[in-house]
Amino acid sequence: MDKSQSYNDVVVRQFGIMTVVWGVVGMLVGVIIAAQLMWPELNFDLPWITFSRLRPLHTNAVIFAFGGSALFAASYYVVQRTCHVRLYAGWLAAFTFWGWNLVIVLAIITLPLGMTQSKEYAELIWPIDVLITVVWVAYGVVFFGTLAKRRVQHIYVANWFFSAYIITIAILHVVNSLAIPVTLSLSYPIYAGIVDAMVQWWYGHNAVGFFLTAGFLGIMYYFVPKQAGRPVYSYRLSVVHFWALIATYMWAGPHHLHYTSLPDWAQSVGMVFSLVLLAPSWGGMINGIMTLSGAWDKLRTDPVLKFLIVSLSFYGMSTFEGPMMSIKTVNALSHYTDWTIGHVHSGALGWVAMVTFGCMYALIPRVYGRTGMYSTKAIDLHFWIATIGIVLYVASMWIAGVMQGLMWRAVNSDGTLTFTFIESLKATYPYYAARLMGGVMFFSGALIMAWNTWKTVATSEQRVVQPVLDPA
Amino acid sequence: MDPGLLRGIFTVVMLVLFIGICFWAYSSRQKATFDAAAQLPLEPDDKPPADPENRS
Repeated sequence: MDKSQSYNDVVVRQFGIMTVVWGVVGMLVGVIIAAQLMWPELNFDLPWITFSRLRPLHTNAVIFAFGGSALFAASYYVVQRTCHVRLYAGWLAAFTFWGWNLVIVLAIITLPLGMTQSKEYAELIWPIDVLITVVWVAYGVVFFGTLAKRRVQHIYVANWFFSAYIITIAILHVVNSLAIPVTLSLSYPIYAGIVDAMVQWWYGHNAVGFFLTAGFLGIMYYFVPKQAGRPVYSYRLSVVHFWALIATYMWAGPHHLHYTSLPDWAQSVGMVFSLVLLAPSWGGMINGIMTLSGAWDKLRTDPVLKFLIVSLSFYGMSTFEGPMMSIKTVNALSHYTDWTIGHVHSGALGWVAMVTFGCMYALIPRVYGRTGMYSTKAIDLHFWIATIGIVLYVASMWIAGVMQGLMWRAVNSDGTLTFTFIESLKATYPYYAARLMGGVMFFSGALIMAWNTWKTVATSEQRVVQPVLDPA
Repeated sequence: MDPGLLRGIFTVVMLVLFIGICFWAYSSRQKATFDAAAQLPLEPDDKPPADPENRS
């Protein structure tokens, strides 16, 4: 068969497998630093494995290595299927795979060595930033090249979300990382003071909005209908959802800088846009969940669908919690406490990781020419252990966060603080233990997935080549 | 021009754009296109190829 008549699933398989691998690695580092918060001795006085160096490694590994690989795999898979055409520039797609993984390996080397540009979620030093830019431009060429040569007139909505994510991440990454290099590992940002902070959180919040939300909504809009066997609840709503979401997210960043030296009006703009964001977020969530209307019984038998629907439920919860926390008076209590950590993980574990698991359980067997994973029971086990793990994690961080906020603001009648900081830390210990337990459960789920993926790949003897569909 | 006025104009433009998108998305002219598009994920792409030559 002529190559152009089949889908390029080699790169999809590669990114799919690495999603599972980096998931295990990133979550393991998360478990280690959660344990370090309980037992600080666990850094063994080695600078390379102190909390301060492993924490950025954890965030980079789970967001960009695990989440990033999933987005590459899913977007390459979806764009070919919905455009009825083979991926554009196969060699360039292969370059994005090796390039992206090189970035991750360099991160694993440089971050423990203490090389950082000290920007949250953008810690990597400038030579790696340059490499990211090159890989990302190649990604854009492959993705938009495929869209351009599509044989279906309409561009399916999932591809809109993928497009917005690819374009916006390129802009965010370049603008936020603009710096003047001094040596190979040292550079100074071109921004200073509050401008630097504002650029950082414009980047930071839109990384959440476009990487962790728009990208994964692209996954949702393809794999939920696919797995449910019915079209999305309302395609019209998905169009409005798309435009409203991308127009609103861009302005919500300042809520990370409440009560700082950022001008008050900018803080209020951030708060208002964060509140407005509830509408498109919930529109998308309802659209996804309602896709199952009339077929709810499938939830009983299909654990993959359970992952997808529970991920949407967590998406709804954390996109309600987010706007609430962006209200200045609520933020006065929640900011700098573990409530923030709870909120982030309700989104990151509940939404991003769960939708990724669901997507991978649907995608991996398909690109290996099977109808399902090696063990459906293992998927079910993974689902329950992960869900209980998240609940344990998030609930303990909520309680810890509210408690810390209340302890820090408590004053005696003479105006002195009621509690010292160390007292609040001491009171947090039991919750750190519960969080660690939740994290270990979630990590165990990832191990089950790794085993299941291994068995699935090992028992599919031949690599199938799927022919490109003719346009309807 | 006064920056406040510019911001006001920008807000109105965005609002009109948003309402326009809603009308466009919910107009009956788009229904057929959207219904066809919504079927795209449901196409049978996971059928293993019939002849062994298609395997590599």
